[in-house]
Amino acid sequence: MTAVQDTPTAEIGKDRRRKEDQRLITGRTRWTDNITLPGMVHLAMVRSPFAHATITNIDTSAALEAPNVIRVITGADVADEQGSLPNAWPITPDQVAPAHPPIAVDRVVFAGEIVAVIVARSAAEARDAAELVDIDYDVLPAALELKAAAEATPENGGALAHPELGTNKSAFWKFDSAEAGTGGNVDEAIAKARTDGIVLEREYRQQRLIPAFMEPRSTVVDPTGEQITMWSATQIPHILKFLLAAVTGVSEAKIRVIAPDVGGGFGGKLQTTPEEFITFLVARKLGKPVKYTETRSESLMAGHHGRDQWQKLTLSAEKDGTVTGLKVELLADLGSHVALIGGGVPVLGAFMFNAIYKFPAYQFNCQTVLTNKTWTDAYRGAGRPEATFGIERIMDDLAAELGVDPFELREKNWIKAEEFPFTTVAGLEYDSGNYEAATANAKALFGYDELRAEQARRRESGDKVQLGIGISTFTEMCGLAPSRVLGSLDYGAGGWEHASVRMLPTGKVEVLTGATAHGQGHATAFSQIVADRLGVAFEDIEVLHGDTAIAHKGMDTYGSRSLVVGGEAVVKAADKVIEKAKVIAAHLLEASEDDVEFSGGRFTVKGTDQGLAMAEIALATFAAHNLPDGVEPSLDSDVTFDPVNFNYPHGTHLCAMEVDTETGQVTMRKYAACDDIGNIINPLIVEGQLHGGIVQGIAQALWEEAVYDDSGTLVTGSFVDYLLPTAADTISFDLDHTTTPATTNTLGTKGVGEAGTIASTPAVVNAVLDAIRQFGVQDIRMPCTPERVWKAINDARGGAHAETVAAAAPHFDASTGMEGTTDRTSGGNPA
Amino acid sequence: MIPAQFDYLAPTTVEEALAALGEHGDEAKILAGGQSLLPVLRMRLNAPEVVIDLGKIDSLRGIRDDGDAIVIGAMTPHSVVEHDPLVEEHAGLIHLAVEHLADVQIRHRGTFGGALAHADPAGDLGAPALALGAQFVIQGPGGTRTVEADDFFVDLFETAIGEDEILTAVRVPKHTGWGSCYEKFVRVAHQWSIVAVAATVRMEGDTIAEARIGLTNMGSTALRARASEAALVGQPATEEGVAAAAAVAAEGTNPPSDLNGESAYRAHLATVLVRRAVLNAAGA
Amino acid sequence: MTRINLTVDGAKVADDVEPRMLLVQYLREKLGKTGTVIGCDTSNCGACTVHLDGTSVKSCNVLAVQADGAEVTTIEGLAQDGELHQVQKSFRECHGLQCGFCTPGMIMQSVDLLKNNPDPSEQEIRVGLEGNLCRCTGYHNIVKSVQHAASQGGAQ
Repeated sequence: MTAVQDTPTAEIGKDRRRKEDQRLITGRTRWTDNITLPGMVHLAMVRSPFAHATITNIDTSAALEAPNVIRVITGADVADEQGSLPNAWPITPDQVAPAHPPIAVDRVVFAGEIVAVIVARSAAEARDAAELVDIDYDVLPAALELKAAAEATPENGGALAHPELGTNKSAFWKFDSAEAGTGGNVDEAIAKARTDGIVLEREYRQQRLIPAFMEPRSTVVDPTGEQITMWSATQIPHILKFLLAAVTGVSEAKIRVIAPDVGGGFGGKLQTTPEEFITFLVARKLGKPVKYTETRSESLMAGHHGRDQWQKLTLSAEKDGTVTGLKVELLADLGSHVALIGGGVPVLGAFMFNAIYKFPAYQFNCQTVLTNKTWTDAYRGAGRPEATFGIERIMDDLAAELGVDPFELREKNWIKAEEFPFTTVAGLEYDSGNYEAATANAKALFGYDELRAEQARRRESGDKVQLGIGISTFTEMCGLAPSRVLGSLDYGAGGWEHASVRMLPTGKVEVLTGATAHGQGHATAFSQIVADRLGVAFEDIEVLHGDTAIAHKGMDTYGSRSLVVGGEAVVKAADKVIEKAKVIAAHLLEASEDDVEFSGGRFTVKGTDQGLAMAEIALATFAAHNLPDGVEPSLDSDVTFDPVNFNYPHGTHLCAMEVDTETGQVTMRKYAACDDIGNIINPLIVEGQLHGGIVQGIAQALWEEAVYDDSGTLVTGSFVDYLLPTAADTISFDLDHTTTPATTNTLGTKGVGEAGTIASTPAVVNAVLDAIRQFGVQDIRMPCTPERVWKAINDARGGAHAETVAAAAPHFDASTGMEGTTDRTSGGNPA
Repeated sequence: MIPAQFDYLAPTTVEEALAALGEHGDEAKILAGGQSLLPVLRMRLNAPEVVIDLGKIDSLRGIRDDGDAIVIGAMTPHSVVEHDPLVEEHAGLIHLAVEHLADVQIRHRGTFGGALAHADPAGDLGAPALALGAQFVIQGPGGTRTVEADDFFVDLFETAIGEDEILTAVRVPKHTGWGSCYEKFVRVAHQWSIVAVAATVRMEGDTIAEARIGLTNMGSTALRARASEAALVGQPATEEGVAAAAAVAAEGTNPPSDLNGESAYRAHLATVLVRRAVLNAAGA
Repeated sequence: MTRINLTVDGAKVADDVEPRMLLVQYLREKLGKTGTVIGCDTSNCGACTVHLDGTSVKSCNVLAVQADGAEVTTIEGLAQDGELHQVQKSFRECHGLQCGFCTPGMIMQSVDLLKNNPDPSEQEIRVGLEGNLCRCTGYHNIVKSVQHAASQGGAQ
């Protein structure tokens, strides 16, 4: 049987429509919450309303009497067996970290912590019974405000998040270019600049955010098979499998984790959660399938939060604007526990504050702090948006201080195109880039000159609506990560990725990847890559992922790594297939291997018209009737690829904001960006990642903030108060790209998943400021609410930095039947 | 997300509904469109024993011309009010406000009377109702009575409707030919108003002969900006003409402080929005 | 328990339900129509949007008992005889979805939007979709999808 193969046109670079969509647009989806198994029981969680309290009594008697309740479990019931949730990244050897039991035993340390678990025949009955659990608490002082928490000691009587630790300080991590040998002494540079240069000292606030993926988390565990199977809405099935085994002692070979369809993650599903561990534990105890699905209120309250830093930046420069040093001092709020990688997220930004600029001296200091709030961990960008915000804000401040054009100032200091590859003062080697080209392109796309002219006109006429233009020239380090670098940072795992390519006898191809998509379109992009590599039709390739029993090996998806690390593994595995197939082809074609070429899916003998298609080789290999001696009857190939470097996309983003000076209302007028993400596999998917990333960054600048009140209750506990933008609040974007291929992977690609978020936040804030600096405003705190903007204009000294008032809309507070700090998930005050 | 259990009644006449209310008293909650009640039930902020669904009572739906007023049945969905020509012609302010209410899906289910009876001071209908001098038709075991808008909104989520009564219709005196504007100030589209102003004016040439202004989210109920109303009479519809009147927009109000703004900021917003709404309504 | 009779995606169904059961739960749990999803508990996100007697509603904000006698169409009933609705095709064509969780609600609301306004401006599309949250796409391509559907006569 011969398959006639036309030479396919290149798949890479094509805007292929996604394979994933057929199911998603017809509702033929497989979310974890869809799963129903025979005899399955349901969990409901009873959660602490208090940020910090001792549990003095739990009365479960009424709950046990409720209809169809099977069991009620408290922390005390399982204290010896439930284990402690892992921290996979202790950033220093002397990092202080509290134990992290899935169910609180005798003390609660954040509002929303699980204190009891109801097991019932239906979710509704479980919820009803949860209302009946009666818990007595002795409220303790809560460590809430970050700066105060950092200062608290037993001696000064400040509130300690975990009194037994004697401190709220978890770890102090430092990088100094002089010590590392990558640059000069920053204190000297600053001292010198104080005499004959310029020194800028700024403090910025990175507010706490909530990832707020659209699919609430859900877990189902079926213990009835030979293996225990867990389905979970997770980004990390492989890591979860490993850690379930490590924590519970169950054999790793007895655990199977499946991430079915997952509705968004953004880092928020990069976690091993109390809910997953509890569901696993209950299923093993009962020997029956168990399901838990959170409500949105639970998700906002108990799913990990992101960002939350105070940033002190000191920048030194010569009078002509040439930067000479940058010192960063960070306070990072970890929340109640050092979570999976939360302790290290701020450190991921350590190497990025210097950004695209040639700082001769650089120092990064970070103190992580425990508080009685939901723990923080990765959220889109994880450390790098924080860094980019800090540097792009202070560069704009420097330009304003010097009275120079902010683009000129940046260009004076950035790495020139001809200087790549460039090793930065933070010790990273940027492989390729061209900031000049991206910037020129972005300015043209944006209509920069016209908008500056309009800005000038409005300023002159004293227009009530002023126009501001904000710039963000970003780079980031992604493609997490070279394992040796992770080791040097004390990260608990490696950064490789695995791929298998299986050649089926009918000519179809199965690609197994350890990357675990939750919206990114891997199946489509990887199909394009393999189609080009093997000369097989795009439609004939099936990408399998997310199930540890199938795509058995991987480090999962986060840190913009799936293409540059996962894709590279796929390419190399495909190349191994070609190598194996070549040997067999040569044998079948009775030619020497040196005379056999592979192109367009065919093996041909040089200088002849003899050849065989890849599919023919696959079938012949399967039949194994005529293989060379010593050759296995298989073309299937595996690769585990460990990257040699991070990956450095970059871009220039421009934002125009209109500010209504009478109300402080801000409206986005235009947003344009030129990004360089190396070679592009699928431009449609790339643009989609940029759009979504940009909007999340804009949302941090303008709308989102996780707010706690004085009692440590999350006030922004629903989408009424935690503001996500709608289509009516956002605009369409003008995007373009330049291309400097990456030199560290075969396809020359760079990561794009987080780039939009990293770039956009400072572009927006810089734009708002640019509109109102004329009124004497130097800074404005995020989110830039109309009130903050208006106050900034009217009082350049105080109003822009006011704390957000910690009171929710009345629709969901005491006046509607909710008393004080009653936790929403137990229903509050029944009528 | 899962409400507590309740019993469900679906009467087909107002009398049946009243009987049910009478029987269950404060154990019962009326279900109109459900767009305010269901979120409350889902969050278990309230757990009535009985829910009385008015959805099957056809006599409560519809909009009709009643001579000097239009009458809007309490169970008329917002989307119907939004597209009704009588409302657009004779009660333009309501037409404009309803367009801003929540989102399309919610407007398809939520009802005009239900929203008004819910009396959320941040809801979009209270201020227009006050500005237009709406009259609330309330039926109880003792018969039917009419309550003026100024007396209808009592406190946060509290109205003049008695525990054993049902709002059956809203009579809106015609304001044909008046200019109208609803200025709603929000940070994101799907929010309740941070502050909103419902202004309707009767012009005589270029002069404001009469102004009626309702304020959203400036107190525990919707309020009238009476000081501004009075100061606008006889003023030209210009920036200078309305400035003084707009400046006193917050008089008599008690705006809340929350995530979206402090009391003082809301008071300031009211002055700006009143000015803009009045000028807009006047066609300036 | 209350007895309800309704038509869902063209099929007549009858069930006894607790009055407190939300329409979205009825669809998912009783009828196994898991294409419609729950994304929040305050009716902000719109992921649960279906058509009830011809208009779009948030099915988390409707009790199953309120749907007695009604005709409900979910995302699973949109395609006819294996032929996708134009709006579905356009969402794929224009990459108007990534993770797909908000997509059923977004598509159902877009269909309703185009039915009432077959040739909407960008602003009208954006405002018409303000009841539907998306966290992945930034809405840019969702707007393009609706514009594309409109240009293809998608207001069936």
